[in-house]
Amino acid sequence: MPIQYYIALAVTLFCIGVLGVLIRRNAIIIFMCIEMMLNAANLLLVAFSKTHAALPNNPLAGIDGQLFVFFVMVVAAAEVSVGLAIIVMMYRNTHSVDINFLNRLKN
Amino acid sequence: MNAIILSAILGVIMMFCSAFVKNKKSYKVVAFIGLIILLIANIIETYSHSFFTFPLYGMLSFDRFGLYLNSLIIVSVIIYFFLSSSEIEHVGEHVAEYFALIIFSLCGIFILTSFSNLLTLFLGIEIMSIPLYILTGSQKMSLISNEASLKYFLMGSFSTGLMLMGIALIYGGTETFDIAKIVNVHGGNISFLEVTGMLLMVASLCFKVSAAPFHFWTPDVYDGAPSVFTSFMATIIKIGGFIGFIRFLSARAEQTNVDYNNTFGIDWHFIFAIIIIATLIFGNITAIFQRSVKRMLAYSSIAQAGFMLFALFSMNDVSKEGFLLYAVAYSFATIGIFAILSKMSDVTLDGYNGLAKTHPALAFANVIFLLSLAGIPLTAGFFAKYYMLSSAVEVKGYLWLVIAGVIFAAISAYYYFRVIQSMYFKEGTTEFQYEISKPFTIGVIVLAILVILVGVFPQTILNYLYF
Repeated sequence: MPIQYYIALAVTLFCIGVLGVLIRRNAIIIFMCIEMMLNAANLLLVAFSKTHAALPNNPLAGIDGQLFVFFVMVVAAAEVSVGLAIIVMMYRNTHSVDINFLNRLKN
Repeated sequence: MNAIILSAILGVIMMFCSAFVKNKKSYKVVAFIGLIILLIANIIETYSHSFFTFPLYGMLSFDRFGLYLNSLIIVSVIIYFFLSSSEIEHVGEHVAEYFALIIFSLCGIFILTSFSNLLTLFLGIEIMSIPLYILTGSQKMSLISNEASLKYFLMGSFSTGLMLMGIALIYGGTETFDIAKIVNVHGGNISFLEVTGMLLMVASLCFKVSAAPFHFWTPDVYDGAPSVFTSFMATIIKIGGFIGFIRFLSARAEQTNVDYNNTFGIDWHFIFAIIIIATLIFGNITAIFQRSVKRMLAYSSIAQAGFMLFALFSMNDVSKEGFLLYAVAYSFATIGIFAILSKMSDVTLDGYNGLAKTHPALAFANVIFLLSLAGIPLTAGFFAKYYMLSSAVEVKGYLWLVIAGVIFAAISAYYYFRVIQSMYFKEGTTEFQYEISKPFTIGVIVLAILVILVGVFPQTILNYLYF
């Protein structure tokens, strides 16, 4: 398959994620949309890694792209643990995960 | 290398302290001693060798600029701990963890001063940011702290997503993550993927340093976080983000023989000029209308970021020196102001009424810090702003930007002087939440003297960059 298909798919997923962050009001859904952005980037990294490996110059070409994906997964896991803790802390105090509660600091 | 490894070890030691040491007062002593060891180790690495030698595979590279910035950052953190560690003890129960998180975040900054690969840039930014989300929400029962923490977390991880997409696109366009190799891959021709990736990276790094189109989270987060941690975020973390930004762009600028402006296929001077102008306008104009000094300082930190962006705009030798001076001037002055602010019970302008009568020494030091932020001569802020603006003069065709910078520096004096007016010319009694101890007063005065010394002899700071 040509690389353009992968780019189109990854960019579409990324845009869905960005739109979700901007539009949705539920903290957990926003969080899932952010994860989707990260995974769109992961998909793109793996796809590029495969294309670069097909180039004849270097047998190890493209391996760093796949390596990057593992680091992204680890960092995303660390972010999830902190983020869910923050959302739980907010739920304990307000009994809601609605982002509209974020207006106390506006004035 | 020393600073990265030892700071990670120190963070782990702090976490073990919370399990095995019951006396809360002893945590700050451990952190203090650890930081001094860190400083010594970093200076040893600057002048002779690293304790640790193993292959880095082009992930990190250590140069004088990065190592010197490490030392300056460690000194800032030592000052910050000296002045504010007693407030850290009052934030919540888990005191040792707060110290540990601050030190882990420091480890991320040390990676940012030495990365040479997009992977380490990403890891450094994340190691720097994730502990901060926790520190912002450390007052678990306070709704304001919760809100700030959630907002910071969502905005921060959103910008991480942007950065990752940017990295993936740059990788697609150039087949490498090495920031030094990226430029020369296609013999100067730049693919569409790479340009898009660069724009996404710049947007996400602008998030981290709170530059203008992406600054909107800053006032809320700085206002909602506990004051001690706002101090850390506004100074050391902001400098750390800028170092990452500067290294990312300057590595590319140095690798090509062509003009920095043509390195990316876009008019980068113009883009940064727009960002700087927008940052200065938003930061300065909104700061004028604030009643709360803490919120005013948040907007002022946006405005100061606008001046630090000049280093990215001009990207020459003068701007590198200017950034060093600005980092010192800005973080010393802001740490000093926040150290006094976090002891006060009322952080609005009225809270400062009559400070000069009750605590003349603190008020005088506060005046020096505010003057330094406003850029009045004989304080560190003046030469910092001077270097930044003169680096921009060397770029042809952007004199209007320099003039705008001077005008906004003058506007910023207005809201800094309002605090001085409250302290000296209004009646009232300042109430303090926490006791003002003698060592604290002496520490603040010494910091004020340091700010003046840097303002009178800026070359002493810059000399260490070369000798």
